[in-house]
Amino acid sequence: MRSKRSELLVGCFIVLGVAALVYLAVQVSGLAFSSKKDTYQVVARFDDIAGLTSRAKVSIAGVAVGNVESITFDKELYMALVTMNIDSDVNNIPTDSSVAVLTSGLLGEKYLGISIGADDEVLKNGSEIYDTQSALVLETLISQFLFKGGDSEK
Amino acid sequence: MSVVDAYIKVQDVSFFRGDRVIYEDVSLSIPRGKITAVMGPSGTGKTTLLRLIAAQLAPDSGTVLVDGQNVHSLSRSELYKVRKKMGMLFQSGALFSDMSVAENIAFPMEEHTQLDAKAIADIVADKLYSVGLRGAADLMPSELSGGMARRVALARAIALDPELVMYDEPFTGQDPISKGVLVKLIRQLNDTANMTSVLVSHDVEESLSIADHVCILAGGRVIAEGAADDIRASNDPEVKQFLNGEPDGPVPFHYPEDDNSDRVAL
Amino acid sequence: MKAIGLLGASLLDWLEAVGRAGIFLVQSIFRLPVRFKESINLLVKQLYSVGVLSLVIIVVSGAFIGMVLSLQGYSILAKFGSEEAVGQLLALSLLRELSPVVTALLFAGRAGSSLTAEIGLMKATEQLSSFEMMGVDPLRRVIAPRFIAGVICLPILSLIFSASGILGGHLVSVEWLGVYDGAFWSSMQQSVYFDTDIVNGLIKALCFSVVVTWIAVYQGYECVPTSEGIGKATTRTVVLGSLAILALDFVLTAAMFGDF
Repeated sequence: MRSKRSELLVGCFIVLGVAALVYLAVQVSGLAFSSKKDTYQVVARFDDIAGLTSRAKVSIAGVAVGNVESITFDKELYMALVTMNIDSDVNNIPTDSSVAVLTSGLLGEKYLGISIGADDEVLKNGSEIYDTQSALVLETLISQFLFKGGDSEK
Repeated sequence: MSVVDAYIKVQDVSFFRGDRVIYEDVSLSIPRGKITAVMGPSGTGKTTLLRLIAAQLAPDSGTVLVDGQNVHSLSRSELYKVRKKMGMLFQSGALFSDMSVAENIAFPMEEHTQLDAKAIADIVADKLYSVGLRGAADLMPSELSGGMARRVALARAIALDPELVMYDEPFTGQDPISKGVLVKLIRQLNDTANMTSVLVSHDVEESLSIADHVCILAGGRVIAEGAADDIRASNDPEVKQFLNGEPDGPVPFHYPEDDNSDRVAL
Repeated sequence: MKAIGLLGASLLDWLEAVGRAGIFLVQSIFRLPVRFKESINLLVKQLYSVGVLSLVIIVVSGAFIGMVLSLQGYSILAKFGSEEAVGQLLALSLLRELSPVVTALLFAGRAGSSLTAEIGLMKATEQLSSFEMMGVDPLRRVIAPRFIAGVICLPILSLIFSASGILGGHLVSVEWLGVYDGAFWSSMQQSVYFDTDIVNGLIKALCFSVVVTWIAVYQGYECVPTSEGIGKATTRTVVLGSLAILALDFVLTAAMFGDF
């Protein structure tokens, strides 16, 4: 009888462990089981990505529609080449849309935001977004502000 | 003094533990089908002898033949096969503390035989009956008294009907009744099952009363070997000192001191 | 000159001990019990005494550590007006660092020491010799199930520790300190990645479990079979185990998260 009871408790123990894993995966890391969604890839070149990392989210109107696959350096143009995955069901992004490196909150993570254009043609796998807006680098911003401020006083 | 039919032959065995000499060129033989008592003062490595025979330890030189086989030249699996023919009663009983009495006795059979559960249960009951503890089958080892634990261990040692049973200090720490029971059991088992028994002990009276053949070890060598009566009648001063329990004699009362120790002088 | 000789000798001794422990590890892994049903029974018994009996201490300490982290994190983050980030702080520090390390340390103290003491006691009462005399390899019968149970249990316990810590932290930060519930979870979900954080934490726990259980069973098997020897071996298990965990944690952290 005693061994039956210990078998039962060991079973509970293992189930508890699996439950903890599922809990951590779903609730804490937000792992969705539909993460294997079909995506298509779009590239964009930026002058400065300042701290954007791979797997950062790509959003339209604040809603996540994909993520950054990879970031490489384009040797010929001296620019950052960002490849991103966009969910296949978001298949109506006009080709003249623009993409910007944005920051969530004052100190938050960098992410990409797509602003919708007006063209009839839409982005497909392998298309490039040409209208890009680099990250706002605080130092550049301040120096611009100081420069302009000096101008207006004259 | 040569034994005609030796089951175990220990030949010129030397064994060292660090720099300490335990045995130096020890030779003795253990006759088949008889009870042999190996006696000697504490600390002369009597238990070590049993471990050498079971090949749990290897000698630094010399050979140990068990039933004609040199146990120290066997491969691991051959050695385990030889050990199935041996049973050993450890000084502390060495019952497995997480198994009941019946499970303890059944364990060697479950490991080494193809018997089904029913047959094993029958043999367990039989062995427990032979040591007079049939009623204790479902107790745990922690619930047994010292004497009962040793009898259970004895039942386990003979579970596989071995050819050789080794008893390591079976009488130590037992009350007179338990001693008497053990003496009777050892004699009975040896005669009915036709086993060879080796008994390691420093209890002179009990050992001499059941042994057919006696070896006395002291100071790393054999000081006497022969039939029990011959040993009793021996005139050797060392043997006499041991048998009669004299405090001083060839075995000095004082532990030897370092020659160059001038601590005492200062 | 003599000092160098002594150093060399102790180095050789140490190398020999490491070698012996390594051979011991390999032998106890590759000599699993042959019969399947028997080995499952033995394993279940050990899973019970190593895993289930450690559960209470793991759940309770996990909850308290989560609660303390939340309190400390909240008081600092509130100064920057970003108290929602307490979820992120809690989850990352638990998953990456605290739950594998603290679980392993507790495991060394709770299960490791009892493994050493149990095996040491079996050695002292000649039970190990007794197995050998019956032609049963004690490595396979006694050591292997304990080792495997330990290796299985620690990662599971570490997962339970994380979950318990996050629930405890949630209790303090959301229910007591009034952090907005949705923000708490979303800041966590945005920064925690399953494949880096949770899986790496599990890999850490697995490495610790091998090392701690190895030290525990080896110390038990090699101890001097007296009551003093068992006591010393038990202490050594806890001390060596804890040091090994902390040193190994540094190496693993550098390898896993070093480029962040």
